Amino acid sequence: MVKKKAMLIDISLCVGCNACQTGCKEENGLPPNEEKYLSLTAYTALSKHNDLYVRRMCQHCDVPTCVSVCPVGALTKSEAGPVSYDGEKCIGCRYCLQACPFHVPKYEWSSTKPSIRKCKFCPSRIAKGLQTACADACPTGATKFGDRDELLLEAARRIQAEPGKYVSRIYGEQDVGGTSMLYLSPVPFEQLGFDSRLGKIPMPMLTMSALSKVPNVLSVGGVLLAGIWWITNRRTEVQAYESSLKKGDVPPHEDDA
Amino acid sequence: MRTLRLPRITAGWRPIATILILAGALAAVARFTLGLGATTNLSDEFPWGLWIGFDFLGIGLAASGFTIVAAVHLFHAKEYEPIVRPAILTAFIGYLLVVLVLIIDLGRPDHFWHPLVMWNPHSVMCEISWCLMLYTTVLSLEFAPIILEKFNIHSPIKWIHAISLPFMIFGVLLSTLHQSSFGSLYLIVPNRLHALWYTPMLPVLFFISCIASGLSMVVLESLIFSRKGRPFLPTRLRANLAKIIALALAVYFVVRIQDLLSRGAFREMTTLTYYSVAFYAEILIGFVIPFSMLVFEKVRTSHSGLYSASLMVVLGFAINRMNTAITGLERYPSQVYFPSMIEIFIMLGITAIGFSAFSFIAEYLPVFTTAEAGQAPHQNEALSRVQEPLLLPPECENPRPS
Repeated sequence: MVKKKAMLIDISLCVGCNACQTGCKEENGLPPNEEKYLSLTAYTALSKHNDLYVRRMCQHCDVPTCVSVCPVGALTKSEAGPVSYDGEKCIGCRYCLQACPFHVPKYEWSSTKPSIRKCKFCPSRIAKGLQTACADACPTGATKFGDRDELLLEAARRIQAEPGKYVSRIYGEQDVGGTSMLYLSPVPFEQLGFDSRLGKIPMPMLTMSALSKVPNVLSVGGVLLAGIWWITNRRTEVQAYESSLKKGDVPPHEDDA
Repeated sequence: MRTLRLPRITAGWRPIATILILAGALAAVARFTLGLGATTNLSDEFPWGLWIGFDFLGIGLAASGFTIVAAVHLFHAKEYEPIVRPAILTAFIGYLLVVLVLIIDLGRPDHFWHPLVMWNPHSVMCEISWCLMLYTTVLSLEFAPIILEKFNIHSPIKWIHAISLPFMIFGVLLSTLHQSSFGSLYLIVPNRLHALWYTPMLPVLFFISCIASGLSMVVLESLIFSRKGRPFLPTRLRANLAKIIALALAVYFVVRIQDLLSRGAFREMTTLTYYSVAFYAEILIGFVIPFSMLVFEKVRTSHSGLYSASLMVVLGFAINRMNTAITGLERYPSQVYFPSMIEIFIMLGITAIGFSAFSFIAEYLPVFTTAEAGQAPHQNEALSRVQEPLLLPPECENPRPS
């Protein structure tokens, strides 16, 4: 059993040095310019809210919306945490872009063979037992890589130790069913551009409530329609027979009496 | 009968259709050589646009196929037999065009077959791909006799007739599923779709509204083809269809409004915004006004009244689908979407292909011939056998056990 990996991002510790983005770009072979928003060439980006820096990237949800909506299973969730993408399977329907509650996947719109791009959670590094490139690059410990259970305990400890410093909420602990990115913040998350109305229920459950009815529709509907066909067919047959009796075209049948 | 003046598709439409198809073909070439980014106004923030809306529209209007097949072949309302073939043709063309648009819309059209081999049972999109494919197959089976008849090949027709019942049932079920699934696509974006359109009831609402719009298409077709002097579908039957449309509109309206109120969207409905204007456009044009017209017997039996009412249903339906697919997802005024010329031309070109195909097939294949007595030999027996009882006096309606 692989331990579920996660990252704890303590917004109060971030100094906005952008080393995480630089490390990420090196790891993924992306052009090294500094970017303020997630893009095809920035899988993580820092945004400034007053004097706080917020680093965003793919949340690597426990029950990922993108994985559930992909019609061909091009997106997969691995046990260790990363949500991975296989461009060879992708048909380019862009449902993942539409559905991701965090607006993470970016699309190669200018390509004639486009793929999506997003943070990969450094699966090859994790497999080797290393931490992610961004956590490795972070000089202040604002991004900490580790096992999810331990990081949750650690986050709770930090809140408990300095209750005045943090709002008492770990963003990502339960949001949309839990994510691999866990955030601690000194101010309410809504002020930092986080969507706090997403709820605790994983988004795919919304779809499952409809999809789970498919077998019922097929079985009950099939029987119902066949039944209606049989009844109405019988009625027409009987009517036709009776009308033929009236006209006297056909000699009366013996079991009619 | 011929005194009223309906908008006619006259000789002038052919050059227009040709131009639209050519323009659409050019636009398609541009889309495939330059990619989606250069040719559409789609973006990471707005990944689905006009084409998805068009798919909803095409599939919704093609709902005539399954409703009429269910009515005639499963519920034995044989008096509607003359409309079966036009309805199947409409559906068949509608589905083929939607598949075409989907392939153009896909980022990787060369991978369009992937959903057939790479399943994801959690994905609504996967279910839709399967339903689309299977139902198009069913439609082609339902349509095949029309072609075979033309070339006087009768043995496969018998074969198709022998297996038709399970296929028709399957087709109706598939339609029920994916008509509603187009609504289910948006169940997963409660944070994006505007409260006037987002509801867990989306699949149910999509299903009810497709029945109204599909039947309105049938009524429109029967009115348009009535004009050659001979009524294509008797006024009484058309009025009955109109009654069912009115019923579907009423059910839809009640479910929709009740749902909006129960989810606390009253504020959204009563304030004047970009969204509420779009909402009232669809509700009034597509549901309230045609319903209040269709409750009158006079409108149901009049050509022009019925024509305008069903046209409004179709138009309102179109606005509803476009609102769900586009307006409801816009973040007005910071982020709005308007399709590019290439997106529009591809859509117009494909619509023109649809109209041309319909008119071509209607002209050369026996689509409307079942309306004329003695034209379709192998259907005649069935027709005469079942039509007789309908002419019987009421006292014969009570079937005796035999």
